[in-house]
Amino acid sequence: MFSNFDFGVILNSWRYLFLDGMTFTLTLTALAAVGGVILGTLIAMMRLSGLPVLPQIAKVYVNFMRSLPLVLVIFWFYFLVPYIGQWIIGAERPIQVGAFSSSLITFTLFEAAYFSEIMRAGIQSIPKGQGAAASALGLTYWQSMGSVILPQAFRNMLPVLLTQTIVLFQDTSLVYVLSITDFLGAASKIAQRDGRLVEMYLFAAVVYFTVCFIASLLVRRLQRRVAIIR
Amino acid sequence: MTSSAMPPVSPVPEPQAAVDAAPGTGPVGTLLTERPPVPATTGPMIAIDGVSKWYGDFQVLTNCTTSVTKGEVVVVCGPSGSGKSTLIKCVNALEPFQKGQITVDGTKIADKKTNLPKLRSRVGMVFQHFELFPHLSITDNLSLAQRKVLGRSRDEAEAKGLALLERVGLKAHAHKFPGQLSGGQQQRVAIARALAMNPIVMLFDEPTSALDPEMVGEVLDVMVELAREGMTMMVVTHELGFAREVADTVVYMDQGGIVEAGTPAEVLGGPREARTRSFLSAVIG
Repeated sequence: MFSNFDFGVILNSWRYLFLDGMTFTLTLTALAAVGGVILGTLIAMMRLSGLPVLPQIAKVYVNFMRSLPLVLVIFWFYFLVPYIGQWIIGAERPIQVGAFSSSLITFTLFEAAYFSEIMRAGIQSIPKGQGAAASALGLTYWQSMGSVILPQAFRNMLPVLLTQTIVLFQDTSLVYVLSITDFLGAASKIAQRDGRLVEMYLFAAVVYFTVCFIASLLVRRLQRRVAIIR
Repeated sequence: MTSSAMPPVSPVPEPQAAVDAAPGTGPVGTLLTERPPVPATTGPMIAIDGVSKWYGDFQVLTNCTTSVTKGEVVVVCGPSGSGKSTLIKCVNALEPFQKGQITVDGTKIADKKTNLPKLRSRVGMVFQHFELFPHLSITDNLSLAQRKVLGRSRDEAEAKGLALLERVGLKAHAHKFPGQLSGGQQQRVAIARALAMNPIVMLFDEPTSALDPEMVGEVLDVMVELAREGMTMMVVTHELGFAREVADTVVYMDQGGIVEAGTPAEVLGGPREARTRSFLSAVIG
Protein backbone atom coordinates (compact mmCIF):
# COMPACT_ATOMS: atom_id res chain seq x y z
CA MET A 1 0.00 0.00 0.00
CA PHE A 2 3.02 2.29 0.35
CA SER A 3 3.93 1.77 -3.33
CA ASN A 4 2.67 5.12 -4.51
CA PHE A 5 3.99 7.03 -1.51
CA ASP A 6 6.85 9.43 -1.96
CA PHE A 7 8.88 9.79 1.20
CA GLY A 8 11.40 11.90 -0.72
CA VAL A 9 9.28 14.87 0.28
CA ILE A 10 10.72 14.58 3.77
CA LEU A 11 14.30 14.60 2.54
CA ASN A 12 13.61 17.67 0.44
CA SER A 13 12.11 19.61 3.29
CA TRP A 14 13.90 18.48 6.46
CA ARG A 15 15.73 21.74 6.94
CA TYR A 16 12.47 23.65 7.02
CA LEU A 17 10.80 21.03 9.21
CA PHE A 18 13.51 20.90 11.83
CA LEU A 19 15.45 24.17 11.71
CA ASP A 20 12.31 26.28 11.51
CA GLY A 21 9.53 24.10 12.85
CA MET A 22 11.12 21.94 15.52
CA THR A 23 13.35 24.76 16.78
CA PHE A 24 10.26 26.86 17.42
CA THR A 25 8.43 23.97 19.10
CA LEU A 26 11.33 23.20 21.43
CA THR A 27 11.97 26.86 22.24
CA LEU A 28 8.34 27.47 23.11
CA THR A 29 8.21 24.26 25.17
CA ALA A 30 11.34 25.10 27.15
CA LEU A 31 10.47 28.74 27.84
CA ALA A 32 6.85 27.99 28.73
CA ALA A 33 7.92 25.12 31.00
CA VAL A 34 10.42 27.28 32.90
CA GLY A 35 8.00 30.20 33.13
CA GLY A 36 5.13 27.90 34.02
CA VAL A 37 7.04 26.17 36.81
CA ILE A 38 8.17 29.48 38.34
CA LEU A 39 4.72 31.06 38.14
CA GLY A 40 3.08 27.79 39.18
CA THR A 41 5.31 27.56 42.25
CA LEU A 42 4.37 31.11 43.25
CA ILE A 43 0.68 30.29 42.79
CA ALA A 44 1.10 27.13 44.90
CA MET A 45 2.80 29.18 47.63
CA MET A 46 -0.06 31.69 47.51
CA ARG A 47 -2.54 28.87 47.80
CA LEU A 48 -0.78 27.37 50.83
CA SER A 49 0.15 30.69 52.45
CA GLY A 50 -2.72 30.68 54.92
CA LEU A 51 -3.00 34.44 54.47
CA PRO A 52 -6.33 36.08 53.78
CA VAL A 53 -7.52 36.45 50.17
CA LEU A 54 -4.36 35.15 48.42
CA PRO A 55 -5.36 31.45 48.55
CA GLN A 56 -8.78 32.29 47.08
CA ILE A 57 -7.22 34.25 44.23
CA ALA A 58 -4.88 31.36 43.46
CA LYS A 59 -7.69 28.85 43.60
CA VAL A 60 -9.96 30.82 41.28
CA TYR A 61 -7.09 31.30 38.83
CA VAL A 62 -6.20 27.61 38.74
CA ASN A 63 -9.78 26.41 38.42
CA PHE A 64 -10.54 29.00 35.76
CA MET A 65 -7.54 28.08 33.61
CA ARG A 66 -8.12 24.39 33.99
CA SER A 67 -11.72 24.62 32.87
CA LEU A 68 -10.97 26.32 29.55
CA PRO A 69 -9.81 24.59 26.36
CA LEU A 70 -6.25 25.59 25.51
CA VAL A 71 -7.16 26.61 21.96
CA LEU A 72 -9.69 29.06 23.34
CA VAL A 73 -7.11 30.60 25.65
CA ILE A 74 -4.64 30.94 22.79
CA PHE A 75 -7.21 32.73 20.68
CA TRP A 76 -8.42 34.84 23.52
CA PHE A 77 -4.99 36.09 24.43
CA TYR A 78 -3.94 36.73 20.86
CA PHE A 79 -6.90 38.96 20.17
CA LEU A 80 -7.39 40.44 23.62
CA VAL A 81 -3.89 41.15 24.93
CA PRO A 82 -3.28 44.02 22.45
CA TYR A 83 -6.42 45.74 23.74
CA ILE A 84 -5.62 45.07 27.39
CA GLY A 85 -2.14 46.48 26.76
CA GLN A 86 -3.66 49.52 25.13
CA TRP A 87 -5.99 50.01 28.06
CA ILE A 88 -3.18 49.68 30.61
CA ILE A 89 -0.74 52.00 28.89
CA GLY A 90 -3.45 54.29 27.62
CA ALA A 91 -2.10 54.15 24.07
CA GLU A 92 -4.11 55.25 21.05
CA ARG A 93 -3.92 51.95 19.22
CA PRO A 94 -3.88 48.35 20.36
CA ILE A 95 -0.26 47.49 21.15
CA GLN A 96 1.37 44.99 18.84
CA VAL A 97 2.18 41.67 20.43
CA GLY A 98 3.88 39.24 18.10
CA ALA A 99 2.45 35.78 17.62
CA PHE A 100 5.44 34.26 19.39
CA SER A 101 5.21 36.50 22.47
CA SER A 102 1.49 35.99 22.58
CA SER A 103 1.78 32.20 22.43
CA LEU A 104 4.58 32.20 25.01
CA ILE A 105 2.52 34.28 27.46
CA THR A 106 -0.50 32.10 26.87
CA PHE A 107 1.31 28.83 27.41
CA THR A 108 3.10 30.13 30.50
CA LEU A 109 -0.12 31.32 32.11
CA PHE A 110 -2.02 28.20 31.10
CA GLU A 111 0.60 25.68 32.16
CA ALA A 112 1.23 27.55 35.42
CA ALA A 113 -2.21 26.40 36.54
CA TYR A 114 -1.24 22.76 36.04
CA PHE A 115 2.29 23.15 37.39
CA SER A 116 0.92 24.91 40.48
CA GLU A 117 -1.17 21.87 41.36
CA ILE A 118 1.90 19.66 41.00
CA MET A 119 4.02 21.96 43.15
CA ARG A 120 1.24 22.22 45.72
CA ALA A 121 1.25 18.45 46.07
CA GLY A 122 5.05 18.57 46.24
CA ILE A 123 5.12 21.16 49.01
CA GLN A 124 2.46 19.28 50.95
CA SER A 125 4.48 16.07 50.64
CA ILE A 126 7.24 17.59 52.82
CA PRO A 127 6.72 16.77 56.51
CA LYS A 128 5.60 19.75 58.62
CA GLY A 129 8.62 19.23 60.87
CA GLN A 130 10.96 20.34 58.10
CA GLY A 131 9.42 23.78 58.05
CA ALA A 132 9.41 23.86 61.84
CA ALA A 133 13.10 22.93 61.96
CA ALA A 134 13.94 25.64 59.43
CA SER A 135 11.95 28.20 61.44
CA ALA A 136 13.54 27.06 64.68
CA LEU A 137 16.98 27.73 63.20
CA GLY A 138 15.92 31.31 62.47
CA LEU A 139 15.31 31.00 58.73
CA THR A 140 12.64 33.35 57.39
CA TYR A 141 9.67 32.10 55.36
CA TRP A 142 11.44 32.80 52.07
CA GLN A 143 14.76 31.30 53.22
CA SER A 144 12.95 28.22 54.46
CA MET A 145 11.08 27.88 51.18
CA GLY A 146 14.17 28.51 49.06
CA SER A 147 16.65 26.30 50.91
CA VAL A 148 14.58 23.61 52.59
CA ILE A 149 11.03 23.12 51.31
CA LEU A 150 11.14 23.86 47.58
CA PRO A 151 14.35 21.94 46.78
CA GLN A 152 12.80 18.84 48.33
CA ALA A 153 9.36 19.43 46.79
CA PHE A 154 10.96 19.99 43.40
CA ARG A 155 12.95 16.79 43.63
CA ASN A 156 9.95 14.76 44.71
CA MET A 157 7.87 16.16 41.88
CA LEU A 158 10.47 16.24 39.12
CA PRO A 159 9.08 13.17 37.29
CA VAL A 160 5.57 14.63 37.28
CA LEU A 161 6.82 18.06 36.23
CA LEU A 162 8.69 16.56 33.31
CA THR A 163 5.73 14.42 32.31
CA GLN A 164 3.61 17.56 32.27
CA THR A 165 6.31 19.18 30.13
CA ILE A 166 6.00 16.35 27.62
CA VAL A 167 2.28 17.07 27.45
CA LEU A 168 3.15 20.73 26.95
CA PHE A 169 5.48 19.75 24.10
CA GLN A 170 2.55 18.06 22.35
CA ASP A 171 0.17 20.92 23.11
CA THR A 172 2.42 23.50 21.46
CA SER A 173 1.14 22.16 18.14
CA LEU A 174 -2.04 24.12 18.84
CA VAL A 175 -0.26 27.34 17.89
CA TYR A 176 -1.28 26.48 14.32
CA VAL A 177 -4.39 28.54 15.02
CA LEU A 178 -2.14 31.63 15.04
CA SER A 179 -0.53 30.53 11.75
CA ILE A 180 2.80 30.04 13.52
CA THR A 181 5.18 27.59 11.94
CA ASP A 182 5.91 25.06 14.63
CA PHE A 183 6.94 21.53 13.70
CA LEU A 184 3.42 20.35 12.92
CA GLY A 185 2.64 23.61 11.17
CA ALA A 186 5.71 23.21 8.96
CA ALA A 187 4.82 19.63 8.15
CA SER A 188 1.29 20.69 7.34
CA LYS A 189 2.42 23.44 4.97
CA ILE A 190 4.76 21.13 3.06
CA ALA A 191 2.12 18.43 2.95
CA GLN A 192 -0.39 20.73 1.35
CA ARG A 193 2.06 22.40 -1.00
CA ASP A 194 3.32 19.06 -2.34
CA GLY A 195 0.09 17.12 -2.01
CA ARG A 196 1.77 14.55 0.26
CA LEU A 197 -0.56 14.64 3.25
CA VAL A 198 -0.31 11.03 4.37
CA GLU A 199 3.48 10.87 4.19
CA MET A 200 4.01 14.11 6.07
CA TYR A 201 1.48 13.48 8.83
CA LEU A 202 2.80 9.96 9.26
CA PHE A 203 6.31 11.35 9.55
CA ALA A 204 5.17 14.05 12.01
CA ALA A 205 3.53 11.39 14.18
CA VAL A 206 6.71 9.29 14.20
CA VAL A 207 8.79 12.33 15.21
CA TYR A 208 6.42 13.34 18.03
CA PHE A 209 6.33 9.78 19.29
CA THR A 210 10.12 9.41 19.19
CA VAL A 211 10.78 12.66 21.02
CA CYS A 212 8.21 11.91 23.73
CA PHE A 213 9.31 8.32 24.14
CA ILE A 214 12.98 9.22 24.56
CA ALA A 215 12.04 12.04 26.92
CA SER A 216 10.04 9.71 29.12
CA LEU A 217 12.96 7.26 29.25
CA LEU A 218 15.23 10.10 30.34
CA VAL A 219 12.72 11.12 33.00
CA ARG A 220 12.84 7.65 34.46
CA ARG A 221 16.64 7.64 34.59
CA LEU A 222 16.73 11.11 36.06
CA GLN A 223 14.21 10.11 38.69
CA ARG A 224 16.59 7.49 40.02
CA ARG A 225 19.48 9.93 40.07
CA VAL A 226 17.82 12.79 41.99
CA ALA A 227 15.97 10.65 44.53
CA ILE A 228 16.66 11.78 48.08
CA ILE A 229 18.25 9.15 50.27
CA ARG A 230 15.90 8.41 53.14
CA MET B 1 6.28 3.30 77.33
CA THR B 2 7.50 0.63 79.66
CA SER B 3 10.16 0.92 82.24
CA SER B 4 12.33 -1.66 80.55
CA ALA B 5 12.88 0.72 77.61
CA MET B 6 14.59 3.16 79.91
CA PRO B 7 18.32 2.75 79.71
CA PRO B 8 20.49 3.97 82.50
CA VAL B 9 22.20 7.26 81.95
CA SER B 10 25.90 6.84 82.26
CA PRO B 11 26.90 7.71 85.79
CA VAL B 12 29.04 10.67 86.65
CA PRO B 13 31.64 10.38 84.00
CA GLU B 14 35.09 9.15 84.15
CA PRO B 15 36.16 11.99 81.78
CA GLN B 16 33.27 11.34 79.36
CA ALA B 17 34.25 8.13 77.66
CA ALA B 18 31.22 9.00 75.56
CA VAL B 19 29.85 8.55 72.18
CA ASP B 20 31.86 6.91 69.42
CA ALA B 21 34.96 7.73 71.47
CA ALA B 22 35.36 11.21 70.06
CA PRO B 23 39.02 12.11 70.10
CA GLY B 24 39.85 15.54 71.36
CA THR B 25 36.90 16.18 73.59
CA GLY B 26 39.19 18.56 75.42
CA PRO B 27 39.74 21.42 72.98
CA VAL B 28 36.22 21.30 71.55
CA GLY B 29 34.77 21.56 74.99
CA THR B 30 35.73 25.20 74.90
CA LEU B 31 33.48 25.84 71.92
CA LEU B 32 30.49 26.51 74.05
CA THR B 33 32.20 29.06 76.19
CA GLU B 34 33.34 31.18 73.25
CA ARG B 35 29.85 32.47 72.59
CA PRO B 36 29.23 36.16 72.99
CA PRO B 37 28.29 37.16 76.50
CA VAL B 38 24.59 37.04 77.17
CA PRO B 39 23.22 40.54 77.65
CA ALA B 40 22.59 41.05 81.29
CA THR B 41 18.94 40.65 82.08
CA THR B 42 17.43 40.53 85.47
CA GLY B 43 14.63 38.10 84.68
CA PRO B 44 14.85 34.38 83.93
CA MET B 45 16.00 33.09 80.54
CA ILE B 46 12.55 31.72 79.80
CA ALA B 47 9.48 32.93 81.64
CA ILE B 48 6.20 31.21 80.90
CA ASP B 49 3.39 33.13 82.53
CA GLY B 50 -0.21 31.94 82.61
CA VAL B 51 -0.16 30.42 79.14
CA SER B 52 -3.36 28.89 77.78
CA LYS B 53 -3.94 27.46 74.35
CA TRP B 54 -6.97 26.11 72.53
CA TYR B 55 -7.42 24.09 69.36
CA GLY B 56 -10.90 25.33 68.54
CA ASP B 57 -12.97 24.45 71.60
CA PHE B 58 -10.44 22.01 72.96
CA GLN B 59 -8.10 23.45 75.55
CA VAL B 60 -4.61 21.96 75.30
CA LEU B 61 -2.81 24.22 77.78
CA THR B 62 -4.34 25.63 80.93
CA ASN B 63 -2.72 28.53 82.71
CA CYS B 64 0.85 27.19 82.59
CA THR B 65 3.41 29.12 84.59
CA THR B 66 7.05 28.16 85.01
CA SER B 67 10.49 29.54 84.29
CA VAL B 68 14.01 28.56 83.35
CA THR B 69 16.87 30.59 84.75
CA LYS B 70 20.27 30.92 83.15
CA GLY B 71 22.28 27.72 83.45
CA GLU B 72 19.31 25.76 84.73
CA VAL B 73 18.16 22.40 83.35
CA VAL B 74 14.39 22.00 83.50
CA VAL B 75 12.89 18.65 82.62
CA VAL B 76 9.20 18.55 81.71
CA CYS B 77 7.59 15.15 82.03
CA GLY B 78 4.11 13.75 82.02
CA PRO B 79 1.87 11.30 80.17
CA SER B 80 1.38 11.63 76.41
CA GLY B 81 -1.26 14.18 75.55
CA SER B 82 -0.43 16.23 78.62
CA GLY B 83 0.61 19.21 76.48
CA LYS B 84 4.31 19.19 77.30
CA SER B 85 5.43 19.15 73.66
CA THR B 86 2.92 21.87 72.83
CA LEU B 87 4.23 23.98 75.68
CA ILE B 88 7.87 23.74 74.60
CA LYS B 89 6.88 24.61 71.01
CA CYS B 90 5.18 27.72 72.34
CA VAL B 91 8.51 28.88 73.76
CA ASN B 92 9.99 29.62 70.32
CA ALA B 93 6.60 30.42 68.82
CA LEU B 94 6.35 27.35 66.61
CA GLU B 95 2.89 27.04 68.17
CA PRO B 96 0.77 30.10 68.87
CA PHE B 97 -1.04 30.49 72.17
CA GLN B 98 -4.08 32.57 72.99
CA LYS B 99 -3.58 33.65 76.58
CA GLY B 100 -0.66 34.49 78.82
CA GLN B 101 2.85 35.55 78.01
CA ILE B 102 6.23 33.98 77.29
CA THR B 103 9.46 35.93 77.39
CA VAL B 104 12.81 34.60 76.22
CA ASP B 105 15.80 36.55 77.46
CA GLY B 106 13.52 39.48 78.18
CA THR B 107 11.82 39.46 74.75
CA LYS B 108 8.08 38.89 74.58
CA ILE B 109 7.62 36.28 71.89
CA ALA B 110 3.95 36.99 71.20
CA ASP B 111 4.67 40.66 70.65
CA LYS B 112 3.98 41.62 67.03
CA LYS B 113 7.13 43.75 67.00
CA THR B 114 9.37 40.83 67.94
CA ASN B 115 11.64 39.68 65.15
CA LEU B 116 10.83 35.98 65.45
CA PRO B 117 13.48 34.58 63.08
CA LYS B 118 16.14 36.52 64.99
CA LEU B 119 14.86 35.33 68.35
CA ARG B 120 14.58 31.73 67.18
CA SER B 121 18.13 31.79 65.86
CA ARG B 122 19.27 32.22 69.48
CA VAL B 123 17.08 29.40 70.78
CA GLY B 124 18.30 25.95 69.79
CA MET B 125 15.68 23.29 69.27
CA VAL B 126 15.96 19.54 68.92
CA PHE B 127 12.95 17.62 67.62
CA GLN B 128 11.59 14.17 68.28
CA HIS B 129 12.06 13.19 64.63
CA PHE B 130 15.45 14.95 64.19
CA GLU B 131 14.25 16.95 61.17
CA LEU B 132 17.61 17.07 59.48
CA PHE B 133 17.26 18.29 55.90
CA PRO B 134 17.45 15.07 53.87
CA HIS B 135 18.51 16.73 50.61
CA LEU B 136 21.60 18.30 52.19
CA SER B 137 24.83 16.66 53.34
CA ILE B 138 25.62 16.66 57.06
CA THR B 139 28.08 19.50 56.47
CA ASP B 140 25.44 21.56 54.69
CA ASN B 141 22.85 20.76 57.35
CA LEU B 142 25.20 22.25 59.92
CA SER B 143 26.21 25.32 57.92
CA LEU B 144 22.97 26.34 56.20
CA ALA B 145 21.47 28.46 58.99
CA GLN B 146 24.86 29.77 60.10
CA ARG B 147 25.35 31.25 56.65
CA LYS B 148 21.79 32.36 55.92
CA VAL B 149 20.86 33.67 59.36
CA LEU B 150 24.12 34.64 61.04
CA GLY B 151 25.87 35.65 57.82
CA ARG B 152 28.96 33.58 58.48
CA SER B 153 31.19 32.73 55.55
CA ARG B 154 31.09 29.22 54.13
CA ASP B 155 34.54 28.41 55.51
CA GLU B 156 33.71 29.74 58.96
CA ALA B 157 30.38 27.92 59.07
CA GLU B 158 31.84 24.63 57.91
CA ALA B 159 34.72 24.83 60.38
CA LYS B 160 32.29 25.50 63.21
CA GLY B 161 30.06 22.67 62.03
CA LEU B 162 32.93 20.26 61.78
CA ALA B 163 34.18 21.12 65.27
CA LEU B 164 30.73 20.45 66.72
CA LEU B 165 30.44 17.27 64.71
CA GLU B 166 33.69 16.13 66.28
CA ARG B 167 32.25 17.01 69.65
CA VAL B 168 29.32 14.65 69.14
CA GLY B 169 31.70 12.04 67.73
CA LEU B 170 30.56 12.10 64.12
CA LYS B 171 33.31 13.93 62.28
CA ALA B 172 33.86 10.98 59.95
CA HIS B 173 30.29 11.26 58.67
CA ALA B 174 30.46 14.91 57.54
CA HIS B 175 30.13 14.12 53.83
CA LYS B 176 27.20 11.74 54.22
CA PHE B 177 23.48 12.44 53.92
CA PRO B 178 21.06 12.14 56.85
CA GLY B 179 19.41 9.04 55.38
CA GLN B 180 22.73 7.20 55.66
CA LEU B 181 22.96 7.67 59.43
CA SER B 182 21.23 5.81 62.23
CA GLY B 183 18.58 7.53 64.32
CA GLY B 184 20.93 8.17 67.20
CA GLN B 185 23.56 9.62 64.89
CA GLN B 186 20.97 11.83 63.20
CA GLN B 187 19.82 13.16 66.54
CA ARG B 188 23.40 13.94 67.56
CA VAL B 189 23.84 15.84 64.27
CA ALA B 190 20.60 17.70 65.05
CA ILE B 191 22.01 18.73 68.43
CA ALA B 192 25.22 19.88 66.75
CA ARG B 193 23.19 21.83 64.20
CA ALA B 194 21.39 23.68 66.97
CA LEU B 195 24.62 24.35 68.87
CA ALA B 196 26.25 25.78 65.75
CA MET B 197 24.02 28.84 66.15
CA ASN B 198 25.54 29.62 69.57
CA PRO B 199 22.17 29.40 71.29
CA ILE B 200 21.53 31.03 74.64
CA VAL B 201 19.14 28.21 75.54
CA MET B 202 18.39 24.75 74.15
CA LEU B 203 14.93 23.20 73.85
CA PHE B 204 14.60 19.44 73.52
CA ASP B 205 11.25 18.03 72.45
CA GLU B 206 11.27 14.31 73.31
CA PRO B 207 14.71 13.88 71.75
CA THR B 208 14.91 10.15 72.41
CA SER B 209 11.29 9.06 71.90
CA ALA B 210 11.73 8.11 68.25
CA LEU B 211 14.96 6.20 68.81
CA ASP B 212 15.59 2.50 69.07
CA PRO B 213 16.35 1.68 72.70
CA GLU B 214 20.03 0.93 72.06
CA MET B 215 20.54 4.43 70.64
CA VAL B 216 18.99 6.38 73.48
CA GLY B 217 22.15 6.33 75.55
CA GLU B 218 24.42 8.00 73.00
CA VAL B 219 22.02 10.94 72.65
CA LEU B 220 21.51 11.30 76.41
CA ASP B 221 25.27 11.29 76.91
CA VAL B 222 25.60 14.32 74.64
CA MET B 223 22.81 16.05 76.54
CA VAL B 224 24.33 15.26 79.91
CA GLU B 225 27.63 16.67 78.80
CA LEU B 226 25.90 19.79 77.53
CA ALA B 227 24.13 20.25 80.85
CA ARG B 228 27.39 19.85 82.76
CA GLU B 229 28.92 22.63 80.69
CA GLY B 230 26.27 24.98 81.96
CA MET B 231 23.93 25.16 78.98
CA THR B 232 20.46 26.41 79.85
CA MET B 233 18.10 23.63 78.84
CA MET B 234 14.40 22.87 78.75
CA VAL B 235 13.84 19.20 78.07
CA VAL B 236 10.62 17.34 77.41
CA THR B 237 11.36 13.68 77.98
CA HIS B 238 10.21 10.38 79.41
CA GLU B 239 13.77 9.59 80.47
CA LEU B 240 13.40 9.93 84.22
CA GLY B 241 16.95 8.69 84.70
CA PHE B 242 18.15 11.76 82.83
CA ALA B 243 15.85 13.96 84.91
CA ARG B 244 17.13 12.48 88.16
CA GLU B 245 20.75 12.93 87.21
CA VAL B 246 20.97 16.34 85.56
CA ALA B 247 17.74 18.25 86.12
CA ASP B 248 17.69 21.18 88.50
CA THR B 249 13.93 21.33 88.28
CA VAL B 250 11.39 18.74 87.24
CA VAL B 251 8.01 19.95 86.04
CA TYR B 252 5.18 17.45 85.96
CA MET B 253 2.34 18.14 83.51
CA ASP B 254 -1.01 16.46 83.10
CA GLN B 255 -4.03 17.37 80.97
CA GLY B 256 -2.54 20.64 79.77
CA GLY B 257 -1.66 21.99 83.16
CA ILE B 258 1.42 22.05 85.38
CA VAL B 259 0.65 19.81 88.33
CA GLU B 260 3.80 20.30 90.32
CA ALA B 261 7.39 21.44 90.01
CA GLY B 262 10.43 21.05 92.18
CA THR B 263 13.80 19.39 92.47
CA PRO B 264 14.09 15.86 91.08
CA ALA B 265 14.18 14.55 94.64
CA GLU B 266 10.95 16.32 95.49
CA VAL B 267 8.95 15.50 92.36
CA LEU B 268 10.38 12.08 91.50
CA GLY B 269 11.26 11.04 95.05
CA GLY B 270 8.24 12.11 97.04
CA PRO B 271 5.57 13.69 94.84
CA ARG B 272 2.86 15.61 96.63
CA GLU B 273 0.19 15.12 94.03
CA ALA B 274 -1.67 11.86 93.49
CA ARG B 275 -1.56 12.25 89.72
CA THR B 276 2.24 12.49 89.79
CA ARG B 277 2.44 9.43 92.00
CA SER B 278 0.28 7.33 89.70
CA PHE B 279 2.28 8.46 86.65
CA LEU B 280 5.58 7.62 88.32
CA SER B 281 4.41 4.23 89.46
CA ALA B 282 3.21 3.50 85.93
CA VAL B 283 6.50 4.56 84.36
CA ILE B 284 8.87 3.09 86.87
CA GLY B 285 6.69 0.08 87.58
